Amino acid sequence: MSFQAIIGTFELGIIYGIMALGVFLSFRTLNMPDLTVDGSFVTGAAVSVVLSMSGHPILGLILAFIAGGGAGCITAFLHTKLKIQALLAGILAMLALYSINLKIMSGRANIALLNQPTVFSEFEKIIGGDYSKLILASLIVLFLIIIFYLFLNTRLGFLLRATGDNDQMVRAMGVNTDMTIFVGLGIANAFVALCGALLAQYQSYVDVGMGVGMVVIALASVIIGEVVFGISSLMRRLFAVVLGSCLYRFFIAIALELGLPADDLKLVSALIVALAISAPVLKEHYNRLKRKYSPTKPPASK
Amino acid sequence: MLKLAGVSKTFSIGSINEKRALDRVDLSLKPGEFVTVIGGNGAGKSTLFNCISGMYEIEEGQIILDGMDITNQPEYKRSRYIGRVFQDPLKGTAFDMTIEQNLAIALGKGQPADFRPGVTKKNIKYLQERLALLDLGLEDRMKDKVGLLSGGQRQALTLLMATLVKPKLLLLDEHTAALDPAIAKKVMELTRQLVEKENLSTLMITHNMKASLEFGTRTIMMHDGKIIMDIKGEERNTMTVDKLIAQFEKRSGTALENDRMLLS
Ligand SMILES: Nc1ncnc2c1ncn2[C@@H]1O[C@H](COP(=O)(O)OP(=O)(O)O)[C@@H](O)[C@H]1O
Ligand SMILES: [Mg+2]
Repeated sequence: MSFQAIIGTFELGIIYGIMALGVFLSFRTLNMPDLTVDGSFVTGAAVSVVLSMSGHPILGLILAFIAGGGAGCITAFLHTKLKIQALLAGILAMLALYSINLKIMSGRANIALLNQPTVFSEFEKIIGGDYSKLILASLIVLFLIIIFYLFLNTRLGFLLRATGDNDQMVRAMGVNTDMTIFVGLGIANAFVALCGALLAQYQSYVDVGMGVGMVVIALASVIIGEVVFGISSLMRRLFAVVLGSCLYRFFIAIALELGLPADDLKLVSALIVALAISAPVLKEHYNRLKRKYSPTKPPASK
Repeated sequence: MLKLAGVSKTFSIGSINEKRALDRVDLSLKPGEFVTVIGGNGAGKSTLFNCISGMYEIEEGQIILDGMDITNQPEYKRSRYIGRVFQDPLKGTAFDMTIEQNLAIALGKGQPADFRPGVTKKNIKYLQERLALLDLGLEDRMKDKVGLLSGGQRQALTLLMATLVKPKLLLLDEHTAALDPAIAKKVMELTRQLVEKENLSTLMITHNMKASLEFGTRTIMMHDGKIIMDIKGEERNTMTVDKLIAQFEKRSGTALENDRMLLS
């Protein structure tokens, strides 16, 4: 792997880390399997590219964030008010977003930014050098982690975390859990959309199909981060999630380097997540087999 | 303080499993009254609590709490006036959060969910003082996750959380039934102290006939969705477990099959 490629992988990992933070909020903190992600990711990217085309890349990021929040609220509405299971609510929102994303992109399946300014090109003008993209992405993620951390330590943040643990307890404490779910899914998808928005400006390109499997990738990042970097404190977990995203990008980059066809990437992502989630069960099986076939004598029975 | 008038609740209306769990229940509690609730399995005791707390909607009747009609209020709204402890120690706390964070949430009951710090230094000190009164050493473990606590410790914590902001009504649903006898005794003692000190209007379900007479000032017995016995004053002072069982069998027309109730 060339040095250039390593930097590029880091840049991608950090940008995708924003999505992993969002998915951490829905899957881990709120304990809800939110599949809106595949749709809201593209919503963010589409809004971002459309606004960049008219010369407003920063506004594009901000509006993408807000649009993602709205997407999360659709799922929250379907789930809390219409009592649709979380999984199905997310799938419905994802499906609906596909059409909405096409509308944002004026019916085109993909749009490329041709020499229009992006936050990355603007930032490069200011500080110059080969690392400007890496620096900008890192600054944004750092800022988001701090905001995220502070938010999770407010009263609202506490209630959100408690909703994931035990929603009954939150209602018993006089708080509407429909509200905490709206806030949680809204913020989670706002992060996801912001990630899509940054990525679209990073690669100057948006494709209406670029969201497929994003939730799996984000989940893989969260799990890898937790396993490799630990979960001992909240701050540590947030950094772990972003670093997990970087590690995931490195796995993929190395796999491609070793000759894995790009078409097989999603298959590999699915396998990584399946293995990571089933790791405890697999370990249990392994231990049982080991006991069964272990050469040492079993303890004398009574 | 609390007034139920003709409250009925039927599960699975229209199906073969239709079950009238509460049948036109009337009940009235004075401020500061501590009432124990007994009755066999499936008598409707938990359903009564769940209807008062708003977990279930009722199909007829009216529930008044301290002059407010709460019949149609959503569960989370009436929770601001009602403290609850369930039988299951897992239900009352957020296991992946610390003792301090759980208590801070309880301390903010009735306040908006906003962007103020979830917990402040000043709060921590106050919460530690309150925890110390439980005499379980939890005040030194404020940063421990609640998931690390034993069932008894959790129930004591839940009890404190339910009363940290003084509720108008406290509902205890067999809150010591899942605990070891020694710890159950301790939690019951804590319950008595808290209720007496704060003069809380309390309803407490128990399967222990002896405890039902030892605690509080009034005992009601439920059977088949109805309150079939309501004893207080002189009648209660002279009541014994044996007499209670005899009365139950006479009024319900069934033998007290439930030996879980007779134990201890
Ligand atoms: N959520 C529910 N759905 C259907 N039936 C229920 C439900 N909760 C309670 N019941 C039924 O209502 C009756 C009263 O139950 P419950 O109030 O839990 O009794 P208790 O607490 O006195 O043991 C029982 O027949 C029970 O099967
Ligand atoms: Mg019960």
